[in-house]
Amino acid sequence: MAEAAVGARPARRNWLMAIGRQRELTLVAIMFVAGAGVSMIAPQFLSVSNFSQVAVLASITAVAAIGEAIVIITRGIDLSVEAMIGLVAYAVARSLELHALDPVAAVAMGLGIGLVLGMVNGFVVAVLKVPAIVATLGTLSIFRGIDYVIAGPHQVPLAGLPAGFSDVSIADVFGIPIFVLVTVVVVVVGMVLLRSTRFGRQVYAVGSNPEAAAILGIPSRLVVFVAFSLCGLLAGVAGVMWVMEFGTINGTAATGMTLAIVAAVVVGGVNTLGGSGTLAGAAIGALFLGFIANALILVGLSQFWLQAIYGVVILVAIGSDQIIRRNVQRANTRSGAR
Amino acid sequence: MTQTPVAPPELGSDAPATPPPVELRGISKRFAATAALTDVSMDLRAGEIHALVGENGAGKSTLVKILAGVHQPDSGTILLKGEPTLIHGPAQSRALGIAVVHQEPRLFPDLTVAENVFIGHAPSGRLGSIDWRGMRRAAQGLFAELDVQFDVGAPVRGLSMADQQLIEIAKALSVDAGVLVLDEPTASLSSHEVERLFAIVRRLRDRGVAILFVSHRLDEVFALCDRATVFRDGRHVVTADTRELSTADLIRHMVGRTVSLFPKVDNPIGEVLLEVSGLTRVGVFRDVGFSVRAGEIVGLAGLVGAGRSEVARVLFGIDRRDSGEVRLGGKLVDFAAPSDAMSEGIAYLPEDRHQEGLVLDFTIAQNVTLPILPRLFPRLIVSGATERKVAEEHTEQFNVRMTGVDQEVGALSGGNQQKVVLAKWLASGPRVLILDEPTRGIDIGAKVEVHRLISELAAKGLAIILISSDLPEVLAMSDRIIVLHEGRITAEITRDQATQESVMFAATGSHRADEGSVAAATTAGEPPHG
Repeated sequence: MAEAAVGARPARRNWLMAIGRQRELTLVAIMFVAGAGVSMIAPQFLSVSNFSQVAVLASITAVAAIGEAIVIITRGIDLSVEAMIGLVAYAVARSLELHALDPVAAVAMGLGIGLVLGMVNGFVVAVLKVPAIVATLGTLSIFRGIDYVIAGPHQVPLAGLPAGFSDVSIADVFGIPIFVLVTVVVVVVGMVLLRSTRFGRQVYAVGSNPEAAAILGIPSRLVVFVAFSLCGLLAGVAGVMWVMEFGTINGTAATGMTLAIVAAVVVGGVNTLGGSGTLAGAAIGALFLGFIANALILVGLSQFWLQAIYGVVILVAIGSDQIIRRNVQRANTRSGAR
Repeated sequence: MTQTPVAPPELGSDAPATPPPVELRGISKRFAATAALTDVSMDLRAGEIHALVGENGAGKSTLVKILAGVHQPDSGTILLKGEPTLIHGPAQSRALGIAVVHQEPRLFPDLTVAENVFIGHAPSGRLGSIDWRGMRRAAQGLFAELDVQFDVGAPVRGLSMADQQLIEIAKALSVDAGVLVLDEPTASLSSHEVERLFAIVRRLRDRGVAILFVSHRLDEVFALCDRATVFRDGRHVVTADTRELSTADLIRHMVGRTVSLFPKVDNPIGEVLLEVSGLTRVGVFRDVGFSVRAGEIVGLAGLVGAGRSEVARVLFGIDRRDSGEVRLGGKLVDFAAPSDAMSEGIAYLPEDRHQEGLVLDFTIAQNVTLPILPRLFPRLIVSGATERKVAEEHTEQFNVRMTGVDQEVGALSGGNQQKVVLAKWLASGPRVLILDEPTRGIDIGAKVEVHRLISELAAKGLAIILISSDLPEVLAMSDRIIVLHEGRITAEITRDQATQESVMFAATGSHRADEGSVAAATTAGEPPHG
């Protein structure tokens, strides 16, 4: 009797949870279905060169989205990513143009700047206890302002970069673009960090239940500080990739990117209220948005639709999350009431 | 039904001229498995102050929430002025002239006093816009009626609890409420503020308002109220004139809840492990001192707001003390954070297991190992296999009903969740275990199991502090009972001397000899001011 009752309930719950959990697979499935449709209108969609082009572009968003995801899992948000990417991109490009640094040193400097900017965010949020949304709105403006001041009207042309620097974005290893490899490495390292380290466990605990985390003696503020710092570091990586991809850099580089980055995180299944989600999800979310942009162009819709469609995708993702969560909750309380 | 009046039902000449403002008939309310109210009948008359008393969990709050329209009864009838009425929601309750002042005032701190008074029914001027000047004037008028002075244009933020309560009362007056429900209004007031409140409540009674006064303080019941109703376990026990009741009568009616059997075993009691003296946190509790020995279960009894959980939070390093000493195994300790307390071997099972006890998104294994991650994995990398093994070891003895330690905690029933919380804390290998309401909201089977576990843990030499509002549970489980009343220890009772009456006497602060406070509260002559 009891056996049967116990067995019956988890079945339904697991089914619902499975959908909620497998956001990554759901996105991939949607990409396949939509891709099939698009390829009927525009056959070039299915070409290898198109795929790798999409993946390379999406890589920049994906790397930044992974950092953003870590912050969002701790119940924070970082609106300043685009300014960090922009500032790093200009600093790297300009130092190369002036021959002040060799390429390796310039890349290292880019990552260092990103890390420092992230630490500034972490300090303001975790130590000064300014709400993340306000703090990073402020630093968004500050970082971008610094970028404008340094750059002025100057634009670093593609020709200003050392020969071969921007070729990295089109280089590949055994047919796989380097940018994609970088993204995969970042995802794998990030997943190991979040899944298999004390820090990772604490990231989820702080985001899921701050009160419980406090009672358990988890150093919440340190965790939040490190999360923002990592976000900055990855924004630095994205900034370097930006230079390699676009070559021509001025003070407005990456303006407006935050929307796409946060969208990728949300679409990838990270809970906007913190506590759950995976980094692979965020990366696949970025790829998903990249495919939508690509498909729009190939189908012949105006690029101007893109912004609106991102918005719709975000709402659909969050809306379906809410519905799934409510159903799971209901299933749980039904069984818990007994 | 049995006594049939001869008069015809329509316009019976000997019927009372006006039916009571509120009459409840056979009200029942269940929440999932627990019956909060069972077949409760009572009435509130115009121009009376009616006390509602009972232990924690007796059903007082549920009744207040039904009157406020927050909950709807499962069965039974509410008659307002003789008319059967369904109260669908708080807005309707207010429209029907029922005003509820909750224990914690629910005001909007950034709005002004006047705006708070007229929230939802601001006087409108021409074109339907808010008549700000009229609103301020009307608010001033209301406070004048209450005989208090207020700057009605100032924001509510920063006002004292007593002032905020007066604003709630003014709010009630602004809708011309015929029924006023005061839920524990004096819990956070000073004695002077209590007098001012009493004077106002009496004035409202004299104007014909029916007042329900929910209180833990029995002296206030006698000082202020005309009639008193006692609830126990969600049932109506008695309603009587306060003149015909004594404190002892009230307490006898309040206690005597059904006792289920707990497998309490008498354990050998060792040396003193935890010693607390003169512990004070200003405004919360004062001069609290007690000791707990290895293998001993010390019950902390008291009514809601007595300061039991607050003492526990200080012992665990969540809150800081203002003065006093804590000795652990003879060594003076001072915890700045829970992690300090944990490393010294104190574990605290919090009152609210969802808010503070568990991470619901985590699996059972992840929850169990969360407090001991640094010890379990000194080299930062977490191993899932080790984690599962540790979790399995610790959940085994608790008989948690689960599909495995990889199951999400959120999917477990309340009782099983509580067992996981216990397992989690025991994994940290504590010497002192503080249990705050460990059996609240869990079914009877799980409850008995938790009690068995507590007994076993004591047998292993743990010093256990058991905080519980369930009086029979405290009596059955504890070797010694410390009773708190309003932040002070009012009694320390040994197991063989403890009865429900003796604990309740101390918990309500009604010492048999103590009569001074009652006399003080009756003098209402002093004019209140704001």
